[in-house]
Amino acid sequence: MRVIQFREALREALSEEMRKDPNIFLMGEEVAEYNGAYKVSQGMLDEFGAKRVIDTPIAELGFAGIAVGAAMNGLRPVVEFMTFNFSLVAIDQVINAAAKMYQMSGGQFNIPMVFRGPTGSAGQLAAQHSQAFENWYANCPGLKVVVPSNPYDAKGLLKSAIRDNDPVIFMESEQMYGDKGEVPEEEYMIPIGVADIKKSGTDVTIVSFGKIMKVALAAADELAKEDISCEVIDLRTVRPIDYATVIASVKKTNRLVVVEEAWPLASISTEITYMIQKNAFDYLDAPVRRITTADTPLGYAPTFVQEFLPSTEKVVKAVKEVLYR
Amino acid sequence: MAQNKFTKENYLNWYKQMLLMRRFEEKSAQLYGQQKIKGFCHLYIGQEAVVAGTMSALRKDDRIITAYRDHAHALACGISANAVMAELFGKATGCSKGKGGSMHMFSKAHNFFGGHGIVGGQIPLGAGIAMADQYRGGDQVTVCYMGDGAVRQGALHETFNMAMLWKLPVIFVCENNGYAMGTSVERTTNVMDIHKIGEAYEMPNAAVDGMQPETVHEAIAAAAERARKGDGPTFLEIRTYRYRGHSMSDPAKYRTKEEVEAYKKKDPLEIVKQTILDKKYANEKWLDEVEAEIENEVNESVTFAENSPYPEAQALFEDVYSEPNYPFITE
Repeated sequence: MRVIQFREALREALSEEMRKDPNIFLMGEEVAEYNGAYKVSQGMLDEFGAKRVIDTPIAELGFAGIAVGAAMNGLRPVVEFMTFNFSLVAIDQVINAAAKMYQMSGGQFNIPMVFRGPTGSAGQLAAQHSQAFENWYANCPGLKVVVPSNPYDAKGLLKSAIRDNDPVIFMESEQMYGDKGEVPEEEYMIPIGVADIKKSGTDVTIVSFGKIMKVALAAADELAKEDISCEVIDLRTVRPIDYATVIASVKKTNRLVVVEEAWPLASISTEITYMIQKNAFDYLDAPVRRITTADTPLGYAPTFVQEFLPSTEKVVKAVKEVLYR
Repeated sequence: MAQNKFTKENYLNWYKQMLLMRRFEEKSAQLYGQQKIKGFCHLYIGQEAVVAGTMSALRKDDRIITAYRDHAHALACGISANAVMAELFGKATGCSKGKGGSMHMFSKAHNFFGGHGIVGGQIPLGAGIAMADQYRGGDQVTVCYMGDGAVRQGALHETFNMAMLWKLPVIFVCENNGYAMGTSVERTTNVMDIHKIGEAYEMPNAAVDGMQPETVHEAIAAAAERARKGDGPTFLEIRTYRYRGHSMSDPAKYRTKEEVEAYKKKDPLEIVKQTILDKKYANEKWLDEVEAEIENEVNESVTFAENSPYPEAQALFEDVYSEPNYPFITE
């Protein structure tokens, strides 16, 4: 199979959908003439023209709201946030408008749109550029939240997100855009809300999503060397969450470690932990463990980055602890 | 004088429309007192000429969006008194199926894009609605209303900039009733002429007397023509006054009785009525008939709302997602 970059997979999803449906447009800072801050939309201005690939001023609240209004009136906008850190100045339009409109109007105005861009830390970018808001958006009914971990999923999930008739938050990573992976030439879709068992195993379940899946998989490889068999699940979507897949896995392995780039309080791992104690309490042979980021903003120095983020070592240690080894 | 441009029909329609708004809301206030209507309830009484003068200048397929003081806008768009009253009661037959209430009237069929509850939040939405029409090559115009409080929000400035940059077919209407809840305009700004905010973006702008439908109609008609020609947005500061408090719970102690009484002397309903009589467009008998007709329409809407069912509790889970089988977390 051919191998392409994560950013190319996203671009293919966008371009394929835009070729099919003239109501889809892409809007954001530097998406057109600059070819995208991270080159996701490279070449798209040439193909689709300025009407459909729209450069905006630096005004996230304004253009997010304009896109929601366009969605109310029949278009299917894709809004790129240069990072989700900047989405905070637009969050009123995401939470109070996009997520509420369908119910508030008694089912008259659905909002078929995507807000997408990179989430999380990406090296020494310091506190304001190193935040993960997956759990914030996942908390809000009316939204769907997708966090792909590899090029294949990115393409199939973005196509589903664009075709979805509800607002979808689609969260990527600066550190993944260059990742390469197998992506077939032929069209495929991946449904929103279905987790992927990346690796079958019997001793312990490791759940993660997005960029941190790499840490989870690396830890599983490391543990395999010590004959510890990990089942690794990629949630792929954090609203809705595919609880059934996680519960079934824990009923088999009896142990769970959740790995996530997020502050610990009210994180996705907290939610998974609740659902597991509720639905698989009698199957658990050890308390559920979570590896999150430090409960601090991320400072600049390299020592902080290492301390802050989930790492293979931290996951290996937690897995051994739930196995009492 | 402008009045010569308007026909008998204009005046009779304005009168009927404004009387319906007025009587409907007087009844709403009464029902709020009886706790039949709950939640927040913001009355439009005094400001009727703004909506009446707008609607007569627009086409049926033009779009309307406003903030939470939205009952009159909904009625003027053609949503029935029954559907608006039922929404105030929270009934399943309301124009938003009982899910929106006073602040969130909607009707896609009437091109009414809703009442919105976050001050200024509707401003970018209005520009976006207009953008979609421009994108499709349509010649509809969007009128986006806001209060004098909303112009202080950053959303307005971001939207004005892009609306001008892209020449969006939108008319921004600031219904300046002098008070953002309890805070008078002069306590919020150094720029007393709100319409001048448009200057920063080179957006055509004007102050308009909002106590008579004629002046409003003229300003809106000119702005709509400009928008349809592709010349972009306009910002109109329409000066008006609300006789009641900000919401039903507001005793409006921040302004004097004399100020309120002075505005009531300029009451748009009374002035239009006087014009109708002066010009002999209709007689007292016609006015009485209209009064009775509207009283009947309003009373009927109350009966309709009273007799309508509340939405089933389980309907809480409907219309959150358009996907029919969304897996809500239930425990």
